[in-house]
Amino acid sequence: MSNIGSYEERLKNFDWSIAEEELEYRKGDLINIGWHCSDRICLKGKADKIALYYEGFEGIEKKYTFNDIRLAGNTIGTFLRNIGIHNVDRVCLFIDRIPELYFSFLGILKIGAIVQPLFSAFGDESLFVRLDDAQTRAIITQRKHLPKIRKIVEKLPCLEFVIIVDHDRKKVLKKSELEFNLESALPVEKIEIFPARSETPSVLHYTSGTTGQPKGVQHIHYSIVSQYLTTKWVLDLIDDDIYWCTADPGWVTGTSYGIIGPWSLGITQCVLDAGFSAQAWYKFIEKYKISMWYSAPTAIRSMMKAGEDIVKDYDLSSLRHLASVGEPLNPEAVIWSEKVFGKPFYDTFWQTETGSIMITNFPGMKIKPGSMGKPFPGMTGVVLNPKTFEPIAETGKIGLIAFKPGWPSMMRGYWRNEEKYREKFVNGWYLSEDKASIDNEGYFWFIGRDYDVINTGGHLVSPFEVESALLEHPAVAESAVVAKPDEIMMEVVKAFITLKPGFEPHPDLELEIMNFIRKKLLSLAMPQEIEYLDALPKTRSGKIMRRLLHAREWGEDIGDISSLEND
Amino acid sequence: MENMNIEETKKLVLDYIMKEYIDDEDEEITYDTALISGGYVDSFSMVSLLVFLERKFQIKIPPSKATPEAFNSVNNIVEMVNNYL
Repeated sequence: MSNIGSYEERLKNFDWSIAEEELEYRKGDLINIGWHCSDRICLKGKADKIALYYEGFEGIEKKYTFNDIRLAGNTIGTFLRNIGIHNVDRVCLFIDRIPELYFSFLGILKIGAIVQPLFSAFGDESLFVRLDDAQTRAIITQRKHLPKIRKIVEKLPCLEFVIIVDHDRKKVLKKSELEFNLESALPVEKIEIFPARSETPSVLHYTSGTTGQPKGVQHIHYSIVSQYLTTKWVLDLIDDDIYWCTADPGWVTGTSYGIIGPWSLGITQCVLDAGFSAQAWYKFIEKYKISMWYSAPTAIRSMMKAGEDIVKDYDLSSLRHLASVGEPLNPEAVIWSEKVFGKPFYDTFWQTETGSIMITNFPGMKIKPGSMGKPFPGMTGVVLNPKTFEPIAETGKIGLIAFKPGWPSMMRGYWRNEEKYREKFVNGWYLSEDKASIDNEGYFWFIGRDYDVINTGGHLVSPFEVESALLEHPAVAESAVVAKPDEIMMEVVKAFITLKPGFEPHPDLELEIMNFIRKKLLSLAMPQEIEYLDALPKTRSGKIMRRLLHAREWGEDIGDISSLEND
Repeated sequence: MENMNIEETKKLVLDYIMKEYIDDEDEEITYDTALISGGYVDSFSMVSLLVFLERKFQIKIPPSKATPEAFNSVNNIVEMVNNYL
């Protein structure tokens, strides 16, 4: 019997107080994610239970109990307070998936500061844009990432502290750099937990859109209420589960379901800090007897490509439940996993802005391969007419996926961008900017996005950001970036460029531009293909017709382009 | 690799990886260092490395052979390249 039991029964009279009571929270109480994910679990008698099994490069293995993570969070939080970090200061985590990342997340929240996780593969320009926008005061990082930070630190007047967790003392630290070594620091038994309330800011995640710079999505401590319950009812975690979320905490899945969800439930989880290989992943599941696995369609398709024979070399019988996130899960992947692992991956849909799972397949409920599932109890999900923004009653008709605002983990704003935040709410609905239809059994079916952002390997890449970066290359005159279909990644970035006088199309130039973007932004924003054009297709007003380029890549019939030319 | 011996090829590939993918110049990368599973080169970056190899050695590597395992070390990369010369 799953935690959720009957979905239909749960829908009747649902109230978020179910989760509040289990978290021992009442309206008006203090609530602090860092405390809830460590101290509270210890107080419930699980201090000696393993919280984290960590495996890093070259087989480094570590394990930590809930008391260990409580102390580590306290120690880091105290260090930050001692250097002058206050509540609501932004502290960036620019760090690989090492234990210090997870403990720093807790420590920052315990002192009431705002944690800003960033994917450690970001190039210096991408990093600068996000730190500048957030006016970040401190960044916790590793020595391998220092060169990128040093390139931009002088342009960031708010950035006072660059904290290195693995300084080896072979080089002298520069101005504003300081070291912090968790293993040699004196553990702090007791810390004054910041008295956060439900609306106190907690996590700031950056997400890319179609136009403009990336936006800082602001979350609050009360988000733990829906993160806790969705973890319990969708990921179906139970006390003796061993859980593995493959997402990096630089992205929202890695915090909502890689830290907050499982640890608020007192669940043991595993982290593998290594690149992808099917063998390494299966070996990891076998070794730690992982029972619940939350991964992504790109990884699943990579495993499909690696073949079924490899699976037979490993004992994966521990797997009890599988779920997927980041992009629509194709039906073939659902069917394949049922065949190979004996159970399907359950697709889940949500966004950085929603903070927790919104539409999903539930344990015990029939899966329709390719379907997103149904809204989580407490989330009113509909599809809206794109002209009237009224809910569509007809089954099978395509509309904009929207939700009634007010679930616990709904974002509270875009950082310093009130206008963009207000645009997300129309006619009393929160707009996801995705499209779907609903069938006669209430299952949602994803159709596509209502905007041009590229979803590559489950990560959103802004065409605007890539185009802007391309224009900084000395050879590039104009650029247009679209999604190109890919068997594994679903979409990859393709760039169309025209060259400045004096430059000629050349394979070496293509490689140079690819590396230029990879280092400036990040590897998944790197165009996987660059096509040289004499001129980009434009409207009469001079606007680049990306839709035309997109349609050609996807083999779509764009039809009469004269209307586009007049756009 | 007609004009280069194996050692020269390995050095060329290693030098390119150090220049393009490793931020910390003091990082010790050997011919056996696990590049992909070790997190030095991610799967998205593999494409640019593939393009470099194809251009440099005037070869064409089938997509099915351009796997994370084939790119996982300088030794593996040179072995793969050698198969397509």
